[in-house]
Amino acid sequence: MELLRFATAGSVDDGKSTLIGRLLYDSKSIFEDQLQAVEKTSLDRGDEYVNLALLTDGLRAEREQGITIDVAYRYFSTPKRSFIIADTPGHIQHTRNMVTGASTADLVLVLVDARNGIIEQTRRHALIASILRIPHLVLCVNKMDLMDYSKDVFESIKEEFQEYATRLDIKDVTAIPVSALTGDNVVSRSLNMPWYDGYPLLRFLEEVYIGSDRNLVDLRFPVQMVIRPISDSHQRDFRGYGGQLASGILEKGTEVLALPSGFKSKIARIEGPDGEIEQAVPYQSVVVCLEDDIDISRGDMLCRPNNKPIIGQDITSMLCWMSEVPLDIKRKYLIKHTTKTLKAMVTKLHYRLNVNTSHRDLNVTSLELNEIGRADFRLSSPIFFDDYKKNKDTGSFIVIDEATNATVAAGLISGEAFLDA
Amino acid sequence: MGNEISNLEALEAEAIHLIREVLTELERPALLFSGGKDSAVLLHLAMLAVKPKKLWIPIVHIDTGHNFEEVISYRDKIISHFDLNLIIGSVQDSIDRKTAVEEPGNPSRNKLQTVTLLETIEDYKFDALFGGARRDEEKARAKERFLSHRDAFGQWNPRGQKPEIWHLYNTKHHTDEHFRVFPLSNWTELDVWKYIKSRNIELPTIYYCHQREVVRRNSMLVAVTDLTPKLEDEESFVATVRYRTVGDKTCTAAVESLSSNVDEIIEETQTSRISERGATRVDDKFSEAAMEDRKKEGYF
Repeated sequence: MELLRFATAGSVDDGKSTLIGRLLYDSKSIFEDQLQAVEKTSLDRGDEYVNLALLTDGLRAEREQGITIDVAYRYFSTPKRSFIIADTPGHIQHTRNMVTGASTADLVLVLVDARNGIIEQTRRHALIASILRIPHLVLCVNKMDLMDYSKDVFESIKEEFQEYATRLDIKDVTAIPVSALTGDNVVSRSLNMPWYDGYPLLRFLEEVYIGSDRNLVDLRFPVQMVIRPISDSHQRDFRGYGGQLASGILEKGTEVLALPSGFKSKIARIEGPDGEIEQAVPYQSVVVCLEDDIDISRGDMLCRPNNKPIIGQDITSMLCWMSEVPLDIKRKYLIKHTTKTLKAMVTKLHYRLNVNTSHRDLNVTSLELNEIGRADFRLSSPIFFDDYKKNKDTGSFIVIDEATNATVAAGLISGEAFLDA
Repeated sequence: MGNEISNLEALEAEAIHLIREVLTELERPALLFSGGKDSAVLLHLAMLAVKPKKLWIPIVHIDTGHNFEEVISYRDKIISHFDLNLIIGSVQDSIDRKTAVEEPGNPSRNKLQTVTLLETIEDYKFDALFGGARRDEEKARAKERFLSHRDAFGQWNPRGQKPEIWHLYNTKHHTDEHFRVFPLSNWTELDVWKYIKSRNIELPTIYYCHQREVVRRNSMLVAVTDLTPKLEDEESFVATVRYRTVGDKTCTAAVESLSSNVDEIIEETQTSRISERGATRVDDKFSEAAMEDRKKEGYF
C-alpha cells in the first residue's frame, strides 16, 4: 500500500477543520470515543451540530478560541492508500506554517469559500505551493450548499483560479465542488451536484498518480553515518555508510564517485532494513559498502562519476523567513544542508516577494517573519547541491540562529523563475 | 514492487533517518523502553539504524513498580538477548527521596513517572531521549515535532516549537536542555502491528489473548491484582482478554479479545471502533487537555 502525504491550506472560516473531520469521519477513521468527546464538547459549547472541527484542534487555546495554532498531523487510510494530513492554519504564522506542513507533501489542498471565491489568501497558498514545487494542487470549493450547489458559481471560481495558476509552476491543478458540512463530494458523490463529473475528493486522493514525482535519474546518496563495528570480532572488517537515498537508483556494482574526495569505487553491497538487497530506490534508508576502502565521513556524498551535483560555496536561494527576529545581513548564521551543517553569511539580498500580489520589492534590507525573499549566501566550505526543481533533498536547507539555536528560515536553492515578475 | 516503496517501508526509512541524525549529532542519546509494543518497534528500528554495529546507547526504563510481571520478564530477556545497557529509573526511589509524592486516593504512578524521568535525565546528562509516542494517539501529540525540544526544566512549549521543514532536523540546543525524539510520529496503531508482523518482533505475552480474573469498572475491564484488588461491591470473573497498551497496572485496562496472534490482532485493530487510549487508559478521560498538561510538565 502506498503513502500519500498532503497538506491543507485555508482558514477556519473556509471550513478546513470541518473538511478534515468529514474525511476522517466518513472514511470511518474516527473512533467512537473520540466522536463522543467531540459530541460532548459541541454540546457544551452550544454548537448546533456535531462540530467536526474539534477533532483536529488539539491544544486548549485552540479549542477555546476556535482557531488552529500549529501544524497538526492526522492519519487515515482506505484499502487503496495510507494518508498523512498536515493541517496548516491559514491566518496566523501563515507562511511559516504552510511551508512547514507542505515541505514534505505530495499534494496540497487549498480551500476556498464558495461565497467569497478566490481571495488574497488563496493566491498566497497557491504561490507557496508553487515555490515548494508541490506537484499536485486540489482547489476545494467549499460551502457549495450555501450557494444552491450552483454550477456557474463553481465554474467561475475554477476559471479564475486556473487563470492565476497558469503563471505558477504546478504540474497538476484540479478543482472539486464540495460541502464539508453536508459531506457532498467529500467521500461520496454529491446528489446535489449532478453536473460535476469528476471524482469526489477522497476518490481523487486515492487515484492521483504520484509515482513519477520522484527523481530516479540523478544518484545522490548523502552519507549520514559511518558504521564500523570494530569491537565485534566477526564484523571487524565491516565498513558501511548509512544514509537515506535522496534520488536516483543505487545498484550493486554501480560505479560511484565520493565527494568531496573524488575517489571512485563500486557498490559492493547494499543492506536494507530486512537484509541485503540488489538495489535501493529513493527514500529508502540503507547501508552501503564499497569495494575499496576510501575515506568517507558524514556529510560526504556518493553520486555517479558522470552525473555530479553542483559543488560550490556560493548559493542563491528563495528564503522563507520563519523567526520573529528579522534577518540581519551583517550576521553569520548556520546552514544545515543534507547531512552537513556549516557557517554562512548573506552576500546579497535581491528582493522581497509580496506573497499576495507576487510583486517583487527591490528596496529590501531585511526579511521579517513570514516574508519570502531572494538571497545569496557564501558558505564556509563547499556543499554538493542541485536546483530544488530537480532535487528537493539536495536543493533545500534550513538556516539556524547560532545564538538562540532557533530554525529561522527555510531555503530553496536557486528556484527562480516560478513566476513572471 | 518496482520503484515504489510501501507505506510501511516509507515510515521505516523516515524513522531510521531520524535515528541516525540524532545518533550522530547529539552527544548523549538514550532510548526510553517501557516494554510496550511501540518501544519494542522503536528499539528494533534503533538497532537497524546502526546494524551490524551493536546499539551502544543506554536503554532507559522508568519503572513505576506497578508493572505486569510479563512485561518485566520480557524486558530482561530482550536486554540480555541483544546485550544492551539497561538503566532503570525507579519511581519508588523518587517517592522514598520525597521528590515524588503519591496523591492520597490515587494509586496510579503514571504522573509520578515525570519526576523520575527528569531526575534520570539529569543524573545521566542525556541530551536526547528516543520515545515511541505516535501522533495518532492523542490530539496534543498530533502537534508535536519529531524532534521535540525540552527546556532546562524538561518542559514542552507547544506554542514555541521549532518549525520542522523537509527532513532537516535542527539538533542545536543549550546546555541542560534536551530533546525528546519520536521516530514513530507518523505511525498509526495499525502500522505498528503490521510492522511487528513483517519484521517478526517479539512482544510481551499480555498483548495476546489469555485468561485473567477481572472486574468491570466504569465499563472497563480491570485485572484483579495485588495493586488493584476487587472492591467490596464488585464481582470478579475470568475473561479472555488482552492488553492494547502496557503501563502502570493501576491505570491500564484490558480489552475482551480472542486474538491470539499478530494476524488476529491486525484484524481486530482494523475493525475496532474505540481508540487505543480510550479503551485502555483509565486516566486520560479526566479532561480534554489531560495529555497536554502532562506533556508541558515533562511527561513522555
